[in-house]
Amino acid sequence: MPALELRGIDKRFGAVHANRGVSFSAARGSVHGIIGENGAGKSTLMNIVYGLHRADAGEIRVQGRTVAISSPQDAIAAGIGMVHQHFMLVENFTVLENIVLGAEGGRRLAEGLGAARAGLEQLARDYGLEVPLDAIVSELPVGLQQRVEILKALYRGADILILDEPTAVLTPQEADQLFKMLERLRAQGKTVLLVTHKLREIMAVTDRVTVMRQGAIVGEVATCDTSPRELAEKMVGRAVLLNVERGPARPGATLLTVRDLEVRDRLGVARVKGVSFTLQAGEIVGIAGVAGNGQSELLETLAGIRAPSRGEIELGGRHLVREGLDARARRRLGLAHVPEDRLRMGVVAGYSAQDNAILGYHDLPAYQRGLLLDRAAVLAGCEKKMSAYDVRPPNPALRIGSFSGGNQQKLVLAREIDSDPRVLLIGQPTRGVDIGAIEFIHRQLVALRDAGKALLLVSVELEEILGLADRILVMSAGEIVGEIASADATEKKVGLMMAGVKGEGHA
Amino acid sequence: MSTPAKLPRWAELFLLPAINLLVALLLAGVVIKVMGESPWAALKLMTGGAFGSQESIGYTLYYATNFIFTGLAVAVAYHAGLFNIGAEGQAYIGGLGVGLVCLWLGAWPFWLVLPLAILAGALFGAGWAFIPAWLQARRGSHIVITTIMFNFIAAAVMTWLLVNVLIKPGQQSPESREFAPNAFMPALHELLAKVGITFTSTPLNLAFVLALAAAVLVWLLVWRTRWGYAMRVAGLNPAAAVYAGIHPPRVTIWAMLLSGALAGSLGLNELMGSQHRILLDFPGGAGFVGIAVALMGRNHPLGIFLAAVLFGALTQGGSQLSFDMPRVNRDMVVVIQGLVILSCGALENIFRRPLAALLARFAGRKDEV
Repeated sequence: MPALELRGIDKRFGAVHANRGVSFSAARGSVHGIIGENGAGKSTLMNIVYGLHRADAGEIRVQGRTVAISSPQDAIAAGIGMVHQHFMLVENFTVLENIVLGAEGGRRLAEGLGAARAGLEQLARDYGLEVPLDAIVSELPVGLQQRVEILKALYRGADILILDEPTAVLTPQEADQLFKMLERLRAQGKTVLLVTHKLREIMAVTDRVTVMRQGAIVGEVATCDTSPRELAEKMVGRAVLLNVERGPARPGATLLTVRDLEVRDRLGVARVKGVSFTLQAGEIVGIAGVAGNGQSELLETLAGIRAPSRGEIELGGRHLVREGLDARARRRLGLAHVPEDRLRMGVVAGYSAQDNAILGYHDLPAYQRGLLLDRAAVLAGCEKKMSAYDVRPPNPALRIGSFSGGNQQKLVLAREIDSDPRVLLIGQPTRGVDIGAIEFIHRQLVALRDAGKALLLVSVELEEILGLADRILVMSAGEIVGEIASADATEKKVGLMMAGVKGEGHA
Repeated sequence: MSTPAKLPRWAELFLLPAINLLVALLLAGVVIKVMGESPWAALKLMTGGAFGSQESIGYTLYYATNFIFTGLAVAVAYHAGLFNIGAEGQAYIGGLGVGLVCLWLGAWPFWLVLPLAILAGALFGAGWAFIPAWLQARRGSHIVITTIMFNFIAAAVMTWLLVNVLIKPGQQSPESREFAPNAFMPALHELLAKVGITFTSTPLNLAFVLALAAAVLVWLLVWRTRWGYAMRVAGLNPAAAVYAGIHPPRVTIWAMLLSGALAGSLGLNELMGSQHRILLDFPGGAGFVGIAVALMGRNHPLGIFLAAVLFGALTQGGSQLSFDMPRVNRDMVVVIQGLVILSCGALENIFRRPLAALLARFAGRKDEV
């Protein structure tokens, strides 16, 4: 009897058919992977199981019994727990308070806390999930915060644990620790559903894997009988190249020099601490690091979106900080920027594709006709970009939100590359982008490098950095803790540097 | 996942407002029924009063002129992501500018007075909007709060000016002296008479044409220029604006200046066109009706024109109604206006979802055939 069985789950959001008659089952004491591209319907499915969405049709069976789940409370009662990609923790509470929150038991908090403490210590010992119960959550590293989330689910009696993209915020080493933890849970008879789009994780830890595409299940195999390539093909529906081929870099003149850059956030906390590096023509420099270690702030400061508190950025003999050049002026100097968070910053969701295709370039003379915008030029420019970058559907009047993540990103990339920049800053080039488009985007970046441009690549996907960058700078806690040539770089070496172990692999 | 349901453009622009209006009228009908009058007769009286004769049409469009100016003012600010509740005060102070030009320079030829009056109205209105705009842009003071407060300040300042400074000597009511005839906005019936068309004498005047011109200019500016582009980016997604090198605080200030200038033009119609003097509370709530007009008109100049005519008709038809149906007084008209606002603003999303589902079903059936 399977621990969890879904039968014919169907869900529509308006015109989007998010789940099409999804049926599968996960055995007790197993780690079951669910893999698929962004938008394949994985998260919708899991949200249905956890009661955050209601299925239009279908049945959920837990331990052989049909259950009606219309809220997370129902799911918890049925023994289902979920760890979200973004943790649901109260940051200024202690670990204990967080775990007990919503299950305090009794009128007086102290009683509940006391009872919980004993239970939790037992639980932590059983599963090897030790966490300092009295520590404030915000002071814990991300890996431990995730552990708190898992403990929280177990404390509520979860037998089935859903993990949604659990490694997005972890270093490779932390991810390995998580996988060990999952193996222990499996040994204790728990069922783990691991939702991810990373092939590596599926291969590393799951027993079986279900592949989803366009809301439907397109395959289910035992992990030991498959390969990353086969899974990727199933996800995309055609053969894909996982690693783009590229020749050695031929670095030329220095285009961008960053000296002793310090960036503080609104609260005055230094997020980038005295970073210096150079960027040469014809090379891709990757910045590796766990999300939230200052890469985003660095990128935004270089682009002119944030002001540094100290340091200088030099581009082609101009001092960007001293001269007070803003994002617009920097674009004019040939500094293009593909932002990390496309939907928050890179596009205007309410705008059509053609209006988005001139964002940041809307005041170029080429787009003006007297006082008015030259609509024909805007349209023609967008059509040209769409055909050059294979944006589908090639309809400039369509709202940008109607395009898939990959096609949005292709348009943003086209916009920035089309301005013929000298330096391209690019953050998370393939976040929320389907595998087919990843291959295309990576090829474009390499072609740009070979055309003699300098690229600064920030990505939390280590594989992406290793596959594209010629030099890798590793950031941890706002500092560059090491530099490594891509020829010498391995996931393990870079991973250790990301964790803040200095000196390792210094080139 | 809880994004508002998407409607086709025509349904969004016409069908939904029409349904909202219908619901408002139904509710108003119920109220009139409760008051012991016939809703059907009331509706006939109102539409007749608003559109039944040249005179009523003239009055309807005269009221609509005020609402076009204030509706455009609210809409321009809206596109920059700002909720300007201060059109009332900006219209009041803008009218002061118009009035001062007419009082001082009324002896000059009309073709000189008119551009100066337009300029003064715009400058005074923009100036009044500038302070909240600056406070928002530089100090982060919420513009909704500050513009509301500036309505009160405007009212107090104007009362003081009218009672102590501008009042015509030897007169009880706080009003300025009458403008010189050169400073009167030509009435439309006079202009039409010149080209041989006879039209009943009404307060409808050249300002109506100016309002239409303003609507076209706003449309061009917001949708067809790089400034409008930047303004809408700043309104829709401030983070993307910063990314694109647009400075949202600067946009805030420019958009509010423009908004205040549009509101300040109300005096061209109300003072230059009809009252021919500065008097107490001449905006008469048009600044607030402008919010409803912009809301109902989807912040688009064409929609604003239609909504302004509707509210003009409610005002004009309403006075007819209260005249002919003694049990329905002027306050009742305000109630009906309130119901329209309620149904267009607050209740809009109630109909949006079922309508979207209904239309989607039709569309789906078409696809299957």
